[in-house]
Amino acid sequence: MRPLVVNLALAAGVLAFAAAGLLLGETALSGAQYAQAFRDPASGPHVVLFEVRLPRTVAALVVGAALGLAGAVMQGLLRNPLADPGVLGVSGGAGLGAALAISLGLSAIPGAIEAAALAAALATGLLLTGLAARFREPETLILFGVALSAFLGALTSLVFNFSPSPVTLAEVFGWLLGSVANRDWVDIARQIPALAVGGALSLYAARGLVMLTLGEEAAALSGLPMTRLRAAAVAGASLLTGASVAMAGIVGFVGLAAPHLVRAGAGGDPGRVLLPSALAGAVLLAAADLAARLIPTDIELKLGVVTALFGAPLFALIAWRAARSWRG
Amino acid sequence: MNLPLALHDAAVRRGRRLVLDGAALEVRAGEVVGVVGANGSGKTTLLRAALGLVRLERGRASLCGREVARLSEAERARLAGYLPQDRHIGWNMSAWRVASLGAALAPPAQARRRAEAALARVGLGGLADRGVLQMSGGERARVLLARLLATEAPLLVADEPAAGLDPDAQLLALDLFREEAGRGAAVVLTLHDLALAARACDRLVVLAAGRVVAEGPAGQALTPEVLARAFGLVGRLELAPDGAMLAVRREGAPR
Repeated sequence: MRPLVVNLALAAGVLAFAAAGLLLGETALSGAQYAQAFRDPASGPHVVLFEVRLPRTVAALVVGAALGLAGAVMQGLLRNPLADPGVLGVSGGAGLGAALAISLGLSAIPGAIEAAALAAALATGLLLTGLAARFREPETLILFGVALSAFLGALTSLVFNFSPSPVTLAEVFGWLLGSVANRDWVDIARQIPALAVGGALSLYAARGLVMLTLGEEAAALSGLPMTRLRAAAVAGASLLTGASVAMAGIVGFVGLAAPHLVRAGAGGDPGRVLLPSALAGAVLLAAADLAARLIPTDIELKLGVVTALFGAPLFALIAWRAARSWRG
Repeated sequence: MNLPLALHDAAVRRGRRLVLDGAALEVRAGEVVGVVGANGSGKTTLLRAALGLVRLERGRASLCGREVARLSEAERARLAGYLPQDRHIGWNMSAWRVASLGAALAPPAQARRRAEAALARVGLGGLADRGVLQMSGGERARVLLARLLATEAPLLVADEPAAGLDPDAQLLALDLFREEAGRGAAVVLTLHDLALAARACDRLVVLAAGRVVAEGPAGQALTPEVLARAFGLVGRLELAPDGAMLAVRREGAPR
């Protein structure tokens, strides 16, 4: 049972990074302070560990898992190893929502930017779900997604263009680079409903993704309710991506790389890749966040920068090694 | 009588062109029917129209007496298995897993049993655990054929099942379709190789420009006139005890 071994190993990795995220950070603590943190809920070290580091670590794990799962769903749906959670424009929609909210001065209202990002992602996802029900060929959906991404990107640029002040610009830009710094439990709780529904839809769509391996025509006569399963896949991946962007901004590469990382061990079956992709995404993003925290720089590195900086070369290496096993 | 497949007066439009223009196809249980015709004559569209995969501008398509457009996805899958021409397999799954997708509505253990039995029939019993992308093109084509057999449907529809197979595997595939007809299934194939079609099929349906121009046992359907009209070939088909031979040249080609 190799997939089981892969899942267990990844789950152990998640636990290890959760512990590391709790214990390591910019503020160096002594042994006595660690002991105090676990003993005394009113102490400073306790606040550092359980109100600063732990929610941040959990946010990284949750966002990573959501992006890994969404990436695996998109790759299965589009039968394309280059697909990632943002390929159809959902991240672009969320980014536009956030940029609009910031430039309209809504950052003062707690949760407003996140809500705007999620709402825009959902609107994009709804449009894509409709398109996916109407057009069966993955190529058509990809082309629509590319057009949608470009258009939403242009609208975001327009927001930049009309931005009233450089301060707003910097805020939008910083938000778009992605981060899980300073996230608290409320920030995480706000995204849980979207994440839960998105995860459930993705798992429901799994058997449809497996069937799509043989192409649209074979799937159409498989007996499975393909229209519904395809819609569930698009809606699920959109919810996961939208909630991730709302929680952490735009973080690239995790959703693309996680499914590739696990295929070597878990096999190519698009249904069986889902769970390990989520676990691998969680590990990757927790590792990237740890790197962002621990690499000593004057201004803390943004998460999206770290994932791209380390992720791109790593991904090139994986792609190079895996190229032979994708295609016969 | 409820035929496993009946398509009447079918017209299908792609853009401004009629790909099918009043074509008909009927297949009885226990019969192997071959659909032949030049490239672009509408063979694939005929199969897709019969299965309800394209919208009919005119005509009726039914499976076992039930209008195909009104069947649920699960009902349609129980009545017909389909091997499309597209042989691309997106991800590297094991051969048995791919073959078991033919029995997607069956409980997993049963689907696996059916898949392994079908793989043994196509001569891949020993490779059930191998990844399909590690196989040769011919082996992959046989895995997909096993997926079709695993449907155990009363109607098997295969678009170019012999494409990409070596001569031995082509004959194996056609023998398997004959076995399926023997258990009472209705079988429809499109084939490019006329000699192979003449050998393997009880009846041929010859298409040209979206219409049926001849129909019947190979000897009656592929007359010199039909060969000229549907394929632009000058010559004749000779039936032999162990198959058929085509003695033809292109129209206008020097002797």
